[in-house]
Amino acid sequence: MRVTAAIALIIIGFSNLYGNSVHVGSQYSLGTVSEGISKTKSGDTLIVHEGTFLERNLSISHKLTLIGIGQPIIDGGQIGEILRVVADSVTIEGFTFIGSGLSHLDENAAVLFEEAHFGAIRNCTFLDNYFAIYISKSSHCLIENNIIRGDAKTESRSGNAIHLWYCKEIIIMGNHISGHRDGIYLEFVENCEVMDNKSSENLRYGLHFMFSNHNQYHDNQFYNNGAGVAVMYSRHVDMRDNLFADNWGSAAYGLLLKDIYDSTLINNRFSKNTIGLYSEASNRVQIEGNDFVSNGWAVKIMANSMDNIFTGNNFISNTFDIATNSRQNFNSFNQNYWSRYRGYDLDKDGIGDVPFRPVKLFSLMIERNEPALMLMRSIFVELLDLAESYIPILTPATLIDEQPRMRLNS
Amino acid sequence: MNTLLKIIKYQLHDLLRGKWVLVYTAVFFVLTDGLFRFGGDSDQVSLSLMNIVLFVIPLVSIVFGTMFFYNSREFIELLLSQPISRAALFLGLYLGLSLPLSAVFLVGVGVPFIYHAGFLGGAYWILLLAGTSLTCVFTGIAFLIAVHYEQRVKGIGVAIVLWLLLAILYDGIIMFILFALEEYPLEKLTLILSMLNPIDLGRILILLQFDIAALMGYTGALFTKFYGNHIGTVIALLTLGIWCAAPVWLGFRAFLKKDF
Repeated sequence: MRVTAAIALIIIGFSNLYGNSVHVGSQYSLGTVSEGISKTKSGDTLIVHEGTFLERNLSISHKLTLIGIGQPIIDGGQIGEILRVVADSVTIEGFTFIGSGLSHLDENAAVLFEEAHFGAIRNCTFLDNYFAIYISKSSHCLIENNIIRGDAKTESRSGNAIHLWYCKEIIIMGNHISGHRDGIYLEFVENCEVMDNKSSENLRYGLHFMFSNHNQYHDNQFYNNGAGVAVMYSRHVDMRDNLFADNWGSAAYGLLLKDIYDSTLINNRFSKNTIGLYSEASNRVQIEGNDFVSNGWAVKIMANSMDNIFTGNNFISNTFDIATNSRQNFNSFNQNYWSRYRGYDLDKDGIGDVPFRPVKLFSLMIERNEPALMLMRSIFVELLDLAESYIPILTPATLIDEQPRMRLNS
Repeated sequence: MNTLLKIIKYQLHDLLRGKWVLVYTAVFFVLTDGLFRFGGDSDQVSLSLMNIVLFVIPLVSIVFGTMFFYNSREFIELLLSQPISRAALFLGLYLGLSLPLSAVFLVGVGVPFIYHAGFLGGAYWILLLAGTSLTCVFTGIAFLIAVHYEQRVKGIGVAIVLWLLLAILYDGIIMFILFALEEYPLEKLTLILSMLNPIDLGRILILLQFDIAALMGYTGALFTKFYGNHIGTVIALLTLGIWCAAPVWLGFRAFLKKDF
């Protein structure tokens, strides 16, 4: 008896410490989530049981843990937003959110964090929302293991899956995203980590960020998106071990770097993209140990990109390895492996004795005159390329790998 | 009709007695088989074969065709002294050469494909279609040249120059035109230029079947849009048909009037 009393005391003590639990569901007195939220105080836990709740414009303005048991569904009915969080330390776990409404005036989201710090969204499913997760002016949040699927048809009538605006120290990990406009969109976001996500079949970009410095992106997979991944106007970006694949189309690329400074791009894999890596006005980027496999253009680097270092990359079976729009070159290429390299290695040190010129004459010509692409793979063009490779006249004289590797860089 | 078949039959015997055709088959067979064996999926093999098909078939068809016609000179004169219509004779000679050459190509390339990759769609069929059409086109051109030029050396010379023009120089001329008119919208022009040369037409039709068509940007998009829809396909096939028929018809007209 005393033991039971002691346990009861402990439980009461803890529940006071962690707040009370409020239950919502068909077997409980509270039938809607909004009633449930209004019955909780700061620090409480709201437990929502299995079922479908047709609710929208919910708002949480105090510290709260929202737990779904049996994946309850909150259906916004394609009108307005579903859940708005304006308080710190709110955790949302185990829900399915369906149908935040399309709007050309408001950015309606299934879950919106507005100046809400230390929050978390975990193990939720988002289906057919306009915006799925929208985090604004918040910090120290975690977005983990969510499944987000949209049904986007046109860019103007669809929103982003995960949208961050003026945020700091956010971790986005393990999410599976498809069918939105942009998979992950970051603007004015600092010190964030984006990892282990899969983002595919989005209309525009798998990942899109602008004005977002000091962020890390690693172990993500971006494939089959309308235009690949675009990163712009940012400094100190670190991208490692990502996959950029299957972005085919006349304006698609694996990764677009535009105005990116002092960043690193290491051990990524680019396969089967129209353009693997497109670099425009990006400076001092370290590009190391990446695999470029079966792309149309492995790397397109515009002449306004300077001091980028390509070293230890593998270029395998690309139609064009490097393309540029100038005879000048301000970047360095060293110790890469090129599957098209035909040189020899007499001293057996693993480095070819003849330098390799990765720019084909034809790629320079089509950069100037696009319709000339109709001659792709014609015998005349192959002859031109062959002649140019022996006596370079038009291709950039300094765009050379002086130490091409004989074997794949591991 | 009966005479036509008889002439074709005789031609076949004649071709098989010479070892030319067998070597031609073997080359295609070994090449296709080898490409499969040295690794590579059916797409890569098709792409590698494409350049060979576009390069070798026109050359062999035009040179072999001209030589064949000159070599048959006595045979033709002999038959013309018989009550045989000139139409039947000319068609018999033409079909008797172009059909076996096409068949040989289809066997040489088709058989290794079937046992390495099974029956396939798209690119593979377009490749076979392009090869067959080019055989017919260039045999026809060969006959036209041979009927037109009395001298054998001159005829073969013209054949080789014409092949060089269509296979290689034409693309150089296109490139020159495209760069000379750089300032203007050229998409439609490229479409027209692509049809004026059967080799280019074949190449573009094959390329559009592959992923790399996406590389071709707006031009490619335009080509895909044009050749991808029904009207475009019909126009492309029609153009190939005209390319097959026109030289034969011109050759035929010259043959009817020719004084042997």
